[in-house]
Amino acid sequence: MRLTNKHLFLVKAFMHWAALAPIVFLVLAVFYDEAGGDPVQYIIHYTGMGALNTLVLMLLISPVAKRFKQGALIQTRRLVGLYVFAYATLHLAAFISLDLLFEWSLFFTETVKRPYILVGMLAYILLFALAITSINAVKRKMGKRWQQLHNSVYVVALLVPLHFIWSVKSEIIEPSIYIALTALLLWARKDQIKRIFNR
Amino acid sequence: MPWHIKDSDVTPEAVFKDRRNIVKALGLGAVGASVPTAAQADIFSLFGKDEKKVKFQTQPLLFDKETNYAKGEILTPYNKVTTHNNFYEFGTSKKAPAQNSQEFKVEPWKLVIDGEVEKPLTLDFDDFTKLIDLEQRTYRLRCVEAWSMVIPWLGFPLSTLLKRAGVTSKGKYVAFETLHDPEQMPGQKNRFLGGGINYPYVEGLTIAEAMNDLTFMAVGLYGKTLPPQNGAPIRLVVPWKYGFKSIKSVVRIRVTEKRPPTSWNQLAPQEYGFYANVNPAVDHPRWSQASERRIAEGGLFSAKRIPTLPFNGYGDQVADLYRGLDLTKNY
Repeated sequence: MRLTNKHLFLVKAFMHWAALAPIVFLVLAVFYDEAGGDPVQYIIHYTGMGALNTLVLMLLISPVAKRFKQGALIQTRRLVGLYVFAYATLHLAAFISLDLLFEWSLFFTETVKRPYILVGMLAYILLFALAITSINAVKRKMGKRWQQLHNSVYVVALLVPLHFIWSVKSEIIEPSIYIALTALLLWARKDQIKRIFNR
Repeated sequence: MPWHIKDSDVTPEAVFKDRRNIVKALGLGAVGASVPTAAQADIFSLFGKDEKKVKFQTQPLLFDKETNYAKGEILTPYNKVTTHNNFYEFGTSKKAPAQNSQEFKVEPWKLVIDGEVEKPLTLDFDDFTKLIDLEQRTYRLRCVEAWSMVIPWLGFPLSTLLKRAGVTSKGKYVAFETLHDPEQMPGQKNRFLGGGINYPYVEGLTIAEAMNDLTFMAVGLYGKTLPPQNGAPIRLVVPWKYGFKSIKSVVRIRVTEKRPPTSWNQLAPQEYGFYANVNPAVDHPRWSQASERRIAEGGLFSAKRIPTLPFNGYGDQVADLYRGLDLTKNY
């Protein structure tokens, strides 16, 4: 069975719901005082994990599409990718506004000084570039260079789990699982990635 | 003594509410004692979401003396002090300790003071809550993660215990140990929950630090016994050091000749030293310690970032302890 346009619409609707529901849940948790005595760290971790989870799901789309011969699924990658960017933006915004309380000088010195923040920022800048070039008109204008730029999502897939494991105090099991997951997803694309480097 | 200040000027609203809850809890306690646990849960559920589960019951404590070591600063409300905790024995998230510790048993409890002492002591719950004169000490608490609180603790100086036991001339350090009970503390059973710490959690001070008057054994906060997430029934509070030095749920205080191992130093020595004095000039490898986010009253957007003071502002009382020591190396 091939996915029809109607199926694709439903899949996309489900994806929007699945990506937005956790944000609604977070807002409610903060509103009803269920996010702990100091919700700041809770929000930062929550949105960071949101970005990482959507990134993993996005990287899953093309292997799944290939395996089940559902080429239409590829059309959902932009949608999920934009949610990765949205969660990353919330994560960064929470760090700057709620934790650093807009102390910009501290933000800049910390970014330069701390490798894990620098890595996170690099990933964010790449995600930002991918997000603004996801507009169809921009894509057409960029031609071949669009694909070259968007191949950097594989760099993001390396940087984000690194940012995670570097940021924790001692709880390395969870970030290790994510490193294994993203490594697996990149491994599944090894021929494709080899081609990028051989060009 | 700020007796001319009205109570309402220094006590956040949440505390007032909470005081009413104590009264409520006490009233219910008398009823509850005669009813099975399952039925109790139903009684408590009448009083809103906070009392849906049978919560750990704290008891009111009386004290004779009150000293405010954080003058002019607003207390962190009780509900924030008791729901934002690092206590990996009950899970690594800030919420986990309050969620996973409510069945914790503080009686019977045994606190042993031994090692290089003339007269080893064993104290039980009543000994340290009723037999020792309690005082209230309001201290700033600065976490190594760059957030801070202001908390009114109840307890007594550690030196009271050490003097009773009589430290011998060989006693150079004091080692502390948290309860090891994987049945009650899920983090000790499961490495995923417990954050990779080699339990039991251990800490240590030099004997001079331990004898300093600021070094406090807390058995309560905000006029009541400690809830488990805050280290019930007895914990250390060392206000000029990062919070992780203030070991919780202590079962053993051992005076030693050699410097004892400490848990966070064992886990990540490049990040957490033995001394762990609050020091704005020495960054944590992954973040600045120059300022801190004060957790006070109010909602999400009311927090303030304030400069961190050397020794958390208690330099007058403790800086002498480190004369001649390079605090950038001995962090």
